[in-house]
Amino acid sequence: MTSIDDYVARIDGTCGKDKDVIVTFRYEKKDEAVKKILEKASLKKSVAGIVFELTFKNHSFRLYGSGKAILRDLKDKQELNALLSELLF
Amino acid sequence: MLDPYEIRKDFPILKRKVNNHPLIYFDNAATSQKPRQVIDAMTDFYENHNANVHRAVHTLSQEASELYETAHEEVAEFIDARGMEEIVFVRGTTEAVNLVAYAWGLRNLKKEDEVIASLMEHHSNIVPWEILSKLNGFKIKYIEVNGDGTLNYKSFENLISKKTKVVCLSHVSNVTGIINDVKKVARTAHDFGALMLVDGAQSVPHMPVNVKELDVDFFGFSGHKMLGPTGIGVLYGRREVLEGMDPFHGGGEMIREVSFNKQTKRCSITWNVLPWKFEAGTPDIGGAVGLMEAVRYLKRIGMENVKEHEETLTKYALPRMENCCEKLEVYGTKDTSAKCGIVPFGVEGLSSHDIALFLDNYGIMVRSGFHCAQPLHEIFKLNSSARASFYIYNTREEIDRFIEVLKEIGQSL
Repeated sequence: MTSIDDYVARIDGTCGKDKDVIVTFRYEKKDEAVKKILEKASLKKSVAGIVFELTFKNHSFRLYGSGKAILRDLKDKQELNALLSELLF
Repeated sequence: MLDPYEIRKDFPILKRKVNNHPLIYFDNAATSQKPRQVIDAMTDFYENHNANVHRAVHTLSQEASELYETAHEEVAEFIDARGMEEIVFVRGTTEAVNLVAYAWGLRNLKKEDEVIASLMEHHSNIVPWEILSKLNGFKIKYIEVNGDGTLNYKSFENLISKKTKVVCLSHVSNVTGIINDVKKVARTAHDFGALMLVDGAQSVPHMPVNVKELDVDFFGFSGHKMLGPTGIGVLYGRREVLEGMDPFHGGGEMIREVSFNKQTKRCSITWNVLPWKFEAGTPDIGGAVGLMEAVRYLKRIGMENVKEHEETLTKYALPRMENCCEKLEVYGTKDTSAKCGIVPFGVEGLSSHDIALFLDNYGIMVRSGFHCAQPLHEIFKLNSSARASFYIYNTREEIDRFIEVLKEIGQSL
């Protein structure tokens, strides 16, 4: 069965006052992950086709063509996993 | 003048691409890249000379010991110390500060004493003292920082007193690149009978440093920020001060003798001579060889040339950054003669991490966050900052590309 770990290489909390989360997708799966997320989330803005400002169920976040996403205002890891599951599956 | 295009040929990593773009490495304040010469020297050590140092008579150990001792001598010469006795190899600047805090501070700081640090310090020059103050009960006082990021010398003069036992200050801020007048601060500290500890992590790699001229008592720096490997750094300590101190760690190498006393049923220990008294256990010999080669590389270029090159790049970058996008702000002083090649900045409406990820898409590496200096960000009223930092292999063309991408960021808002 496919899991989040099949897509996600790293999850890092950012350094700074804003406690954002950076998700790095696995290199071999990043294009697939980006495609899936773009299909599910609503596009607010795209910059040069490499940076996407998206919204999905009250969450706004940025997705980068390099296979990284920066997510904000998440309560905990459970909420992050739930969001990633909905976006990726 | 150094030629960055020639220098770049020595750095294998600069040939790679990141996200299909040529790598532009502007995160040098975090760690520098390594030239082929350093990588080769370490490979040669492990392939041809590897053995543990000291106290063995065989050929390989003698070769390794000679390399390890020469590394101390060449580092001493590089910062103009009086000799290798004043050069203690540690893991990095953090360990250098901790060594002073625990080997000197733990034994000498009493409840009525005071330690002075500044609000622009890296956490590694704050946290060890805060931990120790909880054990010993001494007070820590912080020198204020002006709105442009410069040190408030008046605040320092107001804080220092006969109670002050040590003053802890960074030579160059790792956030703003501002160069502090540590010589002036050291003179005042000594007038009050206090010791002077300097965090030189951001100065030794980027400018000529002469510890005798600065007249400081302790000076720490890291190998990995000056072309050397990670895991090795240096604590310079004035010989008389080091001689009066007990060791930091206990173990092999740092003792001359351990003998069991049958009457007391205890071991009596005689410490080894400097600097080995402070280097317990098997040291990072390969790292020392790499650091020595890094020092040789920088000496060949000339530290004045390194400083000049970075100043030129910063002078080139600053106005272009400020003019490329209305919402971009460069933090701290813009006086390039008062700072090294570190430029902190932000773009209104974007977090520093967004900026860093945006640039990463184009193969440009900058750091984002607090850079381990949260108090300074609080002074600037910033949640975090992005930081571009330059070194000997960076070029104007790279800055031009950086500016182009910053413009694109500005247009995207």
